[in-house]
Amino acid sequence: MAFIRFTERPAFRNPWAEFERIRQGLDELSRSYVEKGKGPNRANVYPALNIYEEADRLLITAELPGVKAADLDLSIEGETLTIQGKRDRRQNESGASYHRREIESGSFSRAIALPIKVETEQVGAKLTNGILTITLLKASAVTPRQIKVSAE
Amino acid sequence: MTDRELKIQEKKAAQPGDESTKNETFFAPHVDIYETDREVAVIADMPGVTVDGIELSLEDNILTLQGLRAPQQHTGRLILEEYESGHYLRRFTVAETIDQEKIEASLADGVLTVRLPKAVPAQPRKIEVKIG
Repeated sequence: MAFIRFTERPAFRNPWAEFERIRQGLDELSRSYVEKGKGPNRANVYPALNIYEEADRLLITAELPGVKAADLDLSIEGETLTIQGKRDRRQNESGASYHRREIESGSFSRAIALPIKVETEQVGAKLTNGILTITLLKASAVTPRQIKVSAE
Repeated sequence: MTDRELKIQEKKAAQPGDESTKNETFFAPHVDIYETDREVAVIADMPGVTVDGIELSLEDNILTLQGLRAPQQHTGRLILEEYESGHYLRRFTVAETIDQEKIEASLADGVLTVRLPKAVPAQPRKIEVKIG
């Protein structure tokens, strides 16, 4: 009777081989995601947002094609910013037959927790060419302050 | 139908004809296309594009919509990125005969509307044969 030491077993006999293969596959998959750069995080709620942090302010941008400024409603409460609005369906022309219909219309509402404290009194927002830009000034407590060093 | 909740639609990358030397991203804009008795209308979402950035052409029945965006001027640190921005490009083959002279396009709120009036079919003409 031949004894085979555990470590000398051929790979195909390894009951964990299949698990090992899956694990490697998953590793590869996650690595390829990382290597792809920090691609956009998938947002679940419309609209998708980008947030930029500058020294004294936060800039939040969103692509809102076809949304009119009058249909957009922004509110800020504490550290929660809410963006609400709707995109109206265009007037349907009578007798029109659609070849493609990829643009959706409807309402949206998104609330986001701001990463830092902001001045709720000074919020600027503008909508140009379908891009919404919200400017939030950081609260004075978190704005970097220059400290003078005096020589003696 | 405004009760419907808007969902995030994935942006699909578009391939310009040849590989560009610049590392720029092109996305295929979402479109609505409809046809009436008189015209074909194309509505495309191109947020961020100004009138200057739009290039339209209709050659050999290929309609090309291109929207170039000015480079982003945000300087800050990106702390959340849920969408990428880039140029827009999409091509369609138009089966109908279009009156090239009367094509109209307008841009509002980041939405491009192109109206392509159909060419009036030539009136059937009777040709008289003279006896000579």
